[in-house]
Amino acid sequence: MTDTTDILSIRNVYKVFGEQPDTAMQMLRNGATKDEIFEKTGQTVGVFDASFSVKKGEIFVIMGLSGSGKSTMVRLLNRLIEPTAGTIELNGKDITGLGDADLLDVRRKEMSMVFQSFALMPHMSVLENAAFGLEISGVDKKERNRRAQEALEQVGLGEHGASYPHQLSGGMQQRVGLARALTNDPTILLMDEAFSALDPLIRYEMQGELIRLQKEQERTIIFISHDLDEAIRIGDRIAIMEGGRVVQIGTPEEIMRNPADDYVETFFKGVDVSKILKAGDVACPTSGCTIRINGSVQPFDSANNDFGYLLDNSDKLQGIVPLTGLDAAQTNVDHLMQQRVDQHAAVYSDDMVKDIVKKVANAEYPVPVIERNGTFCGVISKDRLLQTLSHT
Amino acid sequence: MIEVSLLDPFDYLSIPLGEWVEAILQYLVQNFRGFFRAIRWPIDQVLDVSETILKSIPPLIGIILSSLLGWQLAGKKMGVFCAITLFFLGMIGVWSESMTTLSLVLTSLFFCVVIGVPLGILSARSDRIEKIVRPILDAMQTLPAFVYLVPVVMLFGIGNVPGVLVTIVFALPPLVRLTNLGIRQVPEDKIEAARAFGCTPRQMLFKVQLPLATPTIMAGVNQTLMLSLSMVVIASMISVGGLGQMVLRGIGRLDMGLATVGGVGLVLLAIFLDRLTQAMGERTDASNTLHWYETGPVGFVVRAYRGIQAK
Ligand SMILES: Nc1ncnc2c1ncn2[C@@H]1O[C@H](COP(=O)(O)OP(=O)(O)OP(=O)(O)O)[C@@H](O)[C@H]1O
Ligand SMILES: [Mg+2]
Repeated sequence: MTDTTDILSIRNVYKVFGEQPDTAMQMLRNGATKDEIFEKTGQTVGVFDASFSVKKGEIFVIMGLSGSGKSTMVRLLNRLIEPTAGTIELNGKDITGLGDADLLDVRRKEMSMVFQSFALMPHMSVLENAAFGLEISGVDKKERNRRAQEALEQVGLGEHGASYPHQLSGGMQQRVGLARALTNDPTILLMDEAFSALDPLIRYEMQGELIRLQKEQERTIIFISHDLDEAIRIGDRIAIMEGGRVVQIGTPEEIMRNPADDYVETFFKGVDVSKILKAGDVACPTSGCTIRINGSVQPFDSANNDFGYLLDNSDKLQGIVPLTGLDAAQTNVDHLMQQRVDQHAAVYSDDMVKDIVKKVANAEYPVPVIERNGTFCGVISKDRLLQTLSHT
Repeated sequence: MIEVSLLDPFDYLSIPLGEWVEAILQYLVQNFRGFFRAIRWPIDQVLDVSETILKSIPPLIGIILSSLLGWQLAGKKMGVFCAITLFFLGMIGVWSESMTTLSLVLTSLFFCVVIGVPLGILSARSDRIEKIVRPILDAMQTLPAFVYLVPVVMLFGIGNVPGVLVTIVFALPPLVRLTNLGIRQVPEDKIEAARAFGCTPRQMLFKVQLPLATPTIMAGVNQTLMLSLSMVVIASMISVGGLGQMVLRGIGRLDMGLATVGGVGLVLLAIFLDRLTQAMGERTDASNTLHWYETGPVGFVVRAYRGIQAK
């Protein structure tokens, strides 16, 4: 799904709001902080030295508290806000210096935007709204209505083309907003807190919809959110912003396991880790007593362990045996094979922790974790699971 | 004696403002006759056309047409209302005067729209222009009409054309203000969305700003019409015909009957125009989901036609 070419590269981008951005930039170079600059010059630093790249086909989530510069960041990408310094490369081409005509072209063909407030045109029907982008590009009416209708059907509003926005619920209106963006068939979809105004149920539904659409069309999506659960659910990678800076970028697991600083850590406090972590992240590779059986039984240490995990030559799990009362020195392969637990449970390393809780709780032995190809990678005991879940 | 002149320095310190104005006017009249003729010309044309049309329509046809218009714009009730108002206007015997007044008002509305809407758009787009335009509009609205009545007569003579001119001066400001306001009040997120989809400034104006500002602009049109009507009596002092003339003559001769008839005529005309333009403003509201050709008498005809075709 995700290939590795960068579609968008942001390098050392700054945005200073105010009359004298040069003074503020000078102060920033000399190491002044955002607050100092605001006190001395009255200029607001919206984005501070942001650098990151977005890969083709991924959902890239930008997250942060209110005022951290998320909206500013996303508007810099299509230059609704002009950057004060830095470069933004789209497919390797710097767009910060584009003239008016080229910029319009980028907005019409490459990037479409979905807004928190929907921002539909009240004087246009749903179909006309969905066709708005193409109308602006001068596509003739028949063609643009056909494509708008297609987009409306993708978001499940095929029947509502003749309605007007005020006749629809918030969730439906945002579907129109999404359809309007999809009609243009942009390479990149920019979504500024697109689902924040919706109630939790509809929001969840829309997230699912977005994931589905992204899988079907392999579009690159840059999604702004202040909701961590949302970010984790839809994001392939997350960038976390604080006070205009990008403080950390990574997959949800990476950030979860290695928060860059206290801010990020507090952000992840209280998050439901069972939804982020996979069994493979929790499984302890060194825990559990593994017994290698290639023809003969290799020596093993049964101390502190109630169960042993039988592995063949290529590390494939062959069974689980209770170790109580077993004499390590006198046993052989056949004996071990007879002693195996019937129908032992196992989980795959890419199962979400939330989905394995029941298995781990019900098994009398620490549950083995295996790769999809059968390779053993560790076990999860009840203790281990509880420790993981109690992370705060 | 010196003391007195110190306490009252205006004995010898004075600006002959009045004389200057007069001198300037004299100069203008003598040197720019062609220019003022040029201004008269378009007003004359529009006024002629509208007056000819309005006067040549027989009253009954006029009433039927305007109630159809009312029906189209705001439903059957409005149609009936239009018919009753106009019928009453005819019954009190002021049909012809009403048409004269109506043509004056419509002519000045025409020029107000032609001048006012673009001016409003310009001042919405540039704060600088707004800053310049605003005090001028203030002056136009607060300056008593009598003050510019005299210079207008000196420059343009008397009659309907200068009458329209003073009416424009008086009725233009609300349209400019409300156009400006309407465009500035278009929600920021709609503007941003339009920009994000690649609107040129021109597309922004015609596809987003003007449509969204239309209800406010229509309120401006309504105000302009009402002000034009109220100016008609004053304009009749420079020998503008119509209902205003009746009122003025009535007052001059202390003929209360004549003045009242003219006044009632003006009020009826005002109510008629007010309701009609208000209805037009509401039509442009977003809540109206039917197309114009699906409602009113036009919708009736269209449906009937489709019915016949279907058979
Ligand atoms: N047009 C502007 N003029 C001046 N300052 C601005 C402007 N837009 C944003 N800012 C400032 O830039 C900073 C970042 O604002 P931004 O809207 O990007 O935050 P955000 O992360 O999107 O917050 P939220 O979650 O509330 O939407 C804030 O301090 C804000 O006050
Ligand atoms: Mg925001």
